[in-house]
Amino acid sequence: MLLQQLVNGIVLGCVYALIAVGYTLVYGVIELINFAHGDIYMLGAFFMYTFLNFGVPFLPSFVLAVICCIIVGILLDIIAYRPVRYADRLAALITAIGMSIFFENIALLIWGADIKRYSREWIPHFFKKLFINLPNEHFQNVFLTVSYLQITIIVLSIILMIILHLIIHKTKMGTAMRAIAQDKRAAALMGIDVNRVISFTFALGSGLAAVAGIFIGMYYNSIYPMMGYIAGIKAFAAAVLGGIGSVPGAMLGGVVLGMAETLGAGYISSAYRHGIAYAAMIFVILFNPAGLMGKRKVDKV
Amino acid sequence: MLELRNVHTFYGKIEALKGINLKVNKGEIVCLIGANGAGKTTTLLTISGIVKPKEGDVIFDGKTINNYSPDKIVKLGIVHVPEGRRIFPELTVEENLILGAYIQKDKQKIKENLEKVFTLFPILKERFKQLGGTMSGGEQQMLAIARGLMSEPKILLLDEPSLGLAPKIVERIFDIITEINSEGTPILLVEQNANMALQISTRGYVIETGKIILEGSSKELLNNDEVKKAYLGE
Repeated sequence: MLLQQLVNGIVLGCVYALIAVGYTLVYGVIELINFAHGDIYMLGAFFMYTFLNFGVPFLPSFVLAVICCIIVGILLDIIAYRPVRYADRLAALITAIGMSIFFENIALLIWGADIKRYSREWIPHFFKKLFINLPNEHFQNVFLTVSYLQITIIVLSIILMIILHLIIHKTKMGTAMRAIAQDKRAAALMGIDVNRVISFTFALGSGLAAVAGIFIGMYYNSIYPMMGYIAGIKAFAAAVLGGIGSVPGAMLGGVVLGMAETLGAGYISSAYRHGIAYAAMIFVILFNPAGLMGKRKVDKV
Repeated sequence: MLELRNVHTFYGKIEALKGINLKVNKGEIVCLIGANGAGKTTTLLTISGIVKPKEGDVIFDGKTINNYSPDKIVKLGIVHVPEGRRIFPELTVEENLILGAYIQKDKQKIKENLEKVFTLFPILKERFKQLGGTMSGGEQQMLAIARGLMSEPKILLLDEPSLGLAPKIVERIFDIITEINSEGTPILLVEQNANMALQISTRGYVIETGKIILEGSSKELLNNDEVKKAYLGE
């Protein structure tokens, strides 16, 4: 059972990590906790649902849903956050909470409050097949089933994280993102279009959140307008646990949180799964306030 | 080539610049001297588009650029090396320099410009892979100037390049400024170190509480009694 829980934990952790990097990217660049980020993840699941429902094949639906979320993320930045960019930080925070409520209600309006499910025939059969199914003739005492969907989630998450890392560290846009994170004014003096780079940051985070939403839609096969709330808070906790602002931290934080949650659900009680996840975060923050990979900031006078 | 006409800039309700008139011609080093809080930095920030003038015009190469965003102004060729250097401490020297060439699309050109700044500042070649924040103040100032040069500016705005540096290093920095200028880049130099600034510049302006109170050739200003008393400590 431990092995099975570990696999489940990694899968869930990968999804949290995909959402958490969006929080951490935006926080790193403009020091805003984008509370509407969890709702982008929800929208990803619903866009996917809508396209599949219209009869669009699986892969194009996937791509279209991600693109739609990227557009929503960019619009969110331009319409909601840009006007308050140089205002008090509290103003931006309230805006973020407002946008989150707005998205949830828009989703309620469009898709209704009922739980929606992806039909069996929408999802390629491949994902349901089992990659590992134990016990078999070689492993008599090991119990473990891993589906191709789980493998896909893990592998694709890792690939996306590697791509993200390369974008941040090897491209001009990524260097500009890091520069803005350190000194917005100096970045502007380099000729960097700061607003464009910030929108790009939102686009990156939103695209990854959309992928996470679609995965969860397929994995749990139940999507609903408020799903972004808990997942968003959880991913935010993961970002904090890993050290907010640090991308590898968010990845690690996501996996740690996912593990804590599944192991807690498996060995203690599934009723306490959320509580256990947050307890794990609090435990880490208690001993290391900057998070696992965060840098301790020293304010210079 | 760069001209400020009756520029008024406000921070909220506070009028920081009260009608600045200033000109930089081709090939010149022009210095702007004055005390703390007189409006020197604000003048530069207004030129580079970080703050917008409420009244008056900033004109570059015949174009009024008041409402240009900072990145567009850099693309025009106006490069501002900010006060306190403001290099990116968590980026390597290499990344800092590459960002300086952000508007340059041609990779070959970026390579050439890197070689150029290396001949000007050999120390940066040694420190190429080091984080900007781990260097000494003087080295950071060199990096800040080199980063500004990476985009091949048509005019360079330097804000307090001597700030917080040892006299020996200040001398070197000023030598380099003269060298950059002799290769054809006009420079607007903002300094508290009036003596040094006037020695290397062609013309100078003295700013006091948001107004230009004196202007003239640097030689004249060096011999002006008021300037001597207030800024040269004689």
